[in-house]
Amino acid sequence: MEKFGSYLVPVLISLILLFGFVKKVPLFDTFLDGAKEGLKSTVSIAPALIGLITAVSMLKASGALDIFTAAIRPVAAFLGLPPEVMPLTLLRPVSGSGSIAILDHIFSTCGPDSFAGRVASVMMGSTETTFYAVAVYFGAVGIKKTRHTIPAAVTADMASFLISALAVRLFFPAA
Amino acid sequence: MMNIIWGVLMLISVACALMTGRMQQLSDAVLSGAGDAVQLVISMLGMMCLWTGLMKIADAGGITRILSRLFAPVMRKLFPDYEPEGPAVRAICMNVTANLLGLGNAATPMGIAAMKEMVKTNRTTGTANNSMAMFVVINTASIQLLPTMLGIQRARYGSATPFDVVPAVWVTSVAALLVGIVMAKVLEGWGRGHGKIR
Repeated sequence: MEKFGSYLVPVLISLILLFGFVKKVPLFDTFLDGAKEGLKSTVSIAPALIGLITAVSMLKASGALDIFTAAIRPVAAFLGLPPEVMPLTLLRPVSGSGSIAILDHIFSTCGPDSFAGRVASVMMGSTETTFYAVAVYFGAVGIKKTRHTIPAAVTADMASFLISALAVRLFFPAA
Repeated sequence: MMNIIWGVLMLISVACALMTGRMQQLSDAVLSGAGDAVQLVISMLGMMCLWTGLMKIADAGGITRILSRLFAPVMRKLFPDYEPEGPAVRAICMNVTANLLGLGNAATPMGIAAMKEMVKTNRTTGTANNSMAMFVVINTASIQLLPTMLGIQRARYGSATPFDVVPAVWVTSVAALLVGIVMAKVLEGWGRGHGKIR
């Protein structure tokens, strides 16, 4: 796994550059255009992150997060999940910035390479902000009755939460 | 929904601090939390710009068009109500490809274009048809090849190899996507008669 992790980015960058070279894309000019978009979209999430990271640090400092984690421990154990990731499963479908804030908290307390850190990583990487996507796409075309969309999407989210712990056990047997 | 959640989270914290006597820690957290957020944004900026810049090169070289042609056969199966070469299926393929490459900024407008095409043949206004539901369910699953944001956050906390979780992410993503697609198909009977097109 370590080897894969260190090769992934350099290989991808080389592939993209070679592809652009063959297709005669003006490499640096195009890169600058794209990087500007990245700058704009990253800065645009800053206000939400400031609000939500503050809220999560308050939850942590007040002891509320510890109380919640302790209370949900039996449920987490039943599902085979580390208790630290339970707040993430609740916030992930609702808020993108909120889940970044929780992930940040999990990494700072457990470490990114711990079992909980890895499970949280896989949860984060394998799901989207479900309710946001539903609101954006149906909102854009004025659809109010979404029928089975939310039940199906939420089932998929729950499946990925459960599978993430199994996948981490499978790919990182020592941890 | 976030309006309520955010407010409640902060109020719970204050109430909890009152009971546990951790008011000082709480006010410290307010002061440091906002600063931590800014630090996180700054540490994300570099990698996000680098990656969106690189993906722009791939996009300009036509990789989105090439990949979306690869997906076309699968998409035809998932959206049988629409013409295989029609504008709806083409927009859907472009949206799925953009999501795969992590081009969120490009994926959303293409997805909205796909929804607008699908709405044209929708019989009952205001109610989703089966294809729309399927499309949105696919968009609520993550199919990003390289989870950049995740890698940045893992690296920030000293992960030895931040991208070593990627294979586990892929396996989980694909499994969850399949669950979503199967559920969308199984639940199609919901509100029957409303969602049919034509």
